[in-house]
Amino acid sequence: MVKSKKTSQTGLRAGLKKSPTGIAGLDQITDGGLPQGRPTLVCGGTGCGKTLLAMEFLVHGATEFNEPGVFMSFEETVRDLTENVVSLGFDLQEMIARKQLVLDYVYVERSEIEESGEYDLEGLFIRLGAAIDAIGARRVVLDTIETLFAGLPDPAILRAELRRLFRWLKDKGVTAVITGERGDKTLTRQGLEEYVSDCVIVLDHRVSEQTSSRRLRVVKYRGSTHGTNEYPFLIDADGISVLPVTALGLKHKVSAERVSSGVPRLDAMLGGKGYYRGSSVLISGTAGTGKSSLAAHFANNACLRGDRVLYFSFEESPDQIIRNMRSIGLDLQPWIKAGLLQIHAHRPSSAGLETHLALKHQLIMRFKPQVVIMDPLNSFVIGDNAIEVKSMLMRLVDFLKTQQITGLFTNLAQGGGPVEQTEVAISSLIDTWLLLRDIDSGGERNRCLSILKSRGMAHSNQIREFLLTDQGVELRDVYVGPEGVLTGSARLTKEAENQATLLIRDQEVELRQIELERKRTTLEAQIAMLRAEFAVQEVASQKVIGQETAEKAKLAQGRVDMGVSRKVDAKPNKGKGASK
Amino acid sequence: MKEKQAPDKVASKHFILKLYIAGQSPKSINAIANIKTICEENLHGRYELEVIDLYERPQLAQGDQIIALPTLIRKLPPPLRRIIGDLSDTGRVLVGLDIQKV
Repeated sequence: MVKSKKTSQTGLRAGLKKSPTGIAGLDQITDGGLPQGRPTLVCGGTGCGKTLLAMEFLVHGATEFNEPGVFMSFEETVRDLTENVVSLGFDLQEMIARKQLVLDYVYVERSEIEESGEYDLEGLFIRLGAAIDAIGARRVVLDTIETLFAGLPDPAILRAELRRLFRWLKDKGVTAVITGERGDKTLTRQGLEEYVSDCVIVLDHRVSEQTSSRRLRVVKYRGSTHGTNEYPFLIDADGISVLPVTALGLKHKVSAERVSSGVPRLDAMLGGKGYYRGSSVLISGTAGTGKSSLAAHFANNACLRGDRVLYFSFEESPDQIIRNMRSIGLDLQPWIKAGLLQIHAHRPSSAGLETHLALKHQLIMRFKPQVVIMDPLNSFVIGDNAIEVKSMLMRLVDFLKTQQITGLFTNLAQGGGPVEQTEVAISSLIDTWLLLRDIDSGGERNRCLSILKSRGMAHSNQIREFLLTDQGVELRDVYVGPEGVLTGSARLTKEAENQATLLIRDQEVELRQIELERKRTTLEAQIAMLRAEFAVQEVASQKVIGQETAEKAKLAQGRVDMGVSRKVDAKPNKGKGASK
Repeated sequence: MKEKQAPDKVASKHFILKLYIAGQSPKSINAIANIKTICEENLHGRYELEVIDLYERPQLAQGDQIIALPTLIRKLPPPLRRIIGDLSDTGRVLVGLDIQKV
């Protein structure tokens, strides 16, 4: 007899009990896993990963959560199933031997079956019940039960029986995953969603712009909250991983720690200390303005600090980046050898956006970097998928922030368009935005750097000239004068001109001083001359005065003498000689 | 001659049949009764019929790929044939077992 092993669903107040799937991300989306003791429908088109998801659910259940499972396959033989998951590191044979797993391949071949009178699926019930009881299974997978509709006559009986089956599974208290092929207008070909109504997960494998991406969506989850978005997922050597990246809130912790940009002058512009750790930095500029160089500086500096850096390049190969950065005096090779730097180069078109995101997510989780660089972002924009790119980047930036990873992205601005606008419109997600641009004047192009914004710090509002030298990036003050902002040779010319003007001025001053000196000398000479002249005149005048006096005396003396000679009785004054 | 020989060949063969049922449900009881009648009428003396109650021996379900019940399996002569249902439609049972009506 089939023993009904009912698990009492006590503790209703505690809410719905969940069976964790052990699949990275899926448990997050479903807030803990699939509804325990209830059937879950996993549906999707061919090759979307239904079987794998179901298998992982069982394997993880058995190995991690001590819940043995029964896998009833209607499509693949036990051997195929076993072989298919070997690459994921699952040894089903060993699990079977350890009574953690039962694999049962149900073979239904319509051509071998003749119908005569009424039938039911009690055989399936008994078979499943026996398997469950054999290992005390807590989880059951039916993959893909719809095959029965092709193998057995009378769909009406089948429908009734399936309804009974799901009820029976619930009564048994096993957590079941039922897979179903996607139908034309319904989720599954046979409308299984009508019977399995507790939890429905839809998998999707779609191709757009010639790239494929896998997505997962929880359509329905009775009695539980769940993420309703389409989440990208990956199937790789580790099995399925879903990315529940769009966090619901903006609750990430922020760090007050600052990290150097690798360019001292730029740090000075950024409030003297550089970027915030865990912030997102965008460097946008037109082609050839030095975005990658700035990014490489940051990477180099991070490695110097001992941080781990994950560098995603979408245009250059790792070797090319290393070679090019050597030309500006940055050698990244030692960091790669030391395991601090990883460069991953992919063509954006190598996979769908979601796959890219998933891949990055995974690499980040594995490498655990403190710094992630993506160069450039907007190579993802192919055709008119800007909205999807934005949502992908938003999720990525969000993820980086929650992980306290500093993200540095470059954005190639198209010539002609406004540089203050990113094609992917992620500016609002960015904390620090550096703008690199070419200033085209005087027959040359010169690079300029300015800070468009930098949240949470006092930053310079000045435009700096950006030079790529053998010793790396250098920032110089630009010439700001009546002629406007000058850079490059114009700046040099202007500076030379200025110096010349200064020199002339200096000379003029000197000249004036000399002139003054000369005037002074002249004046003094004149004064001396005048003095001399005066002295001469004085002497002359004295002489004249002397003579006059003498004359006068002589005259007086003469008169006296005359008087004497004329026998004048009056006594005049004594005069001088009688010669006059 | 030829037309006669062919059915004779089959008719002369030994039949090994297995009937899988689940307990004493009406379908089970009907199926047992029906197959016994058909065998007695058509394969008298050259058949073996084993009735298996899966409630008692559930482990047998997997080996014979039993899903639907009742299921009648013709083990011999080859090829393997399955007939599902309570075997109330005698004509279809005979076609399914490839037995010419005597």
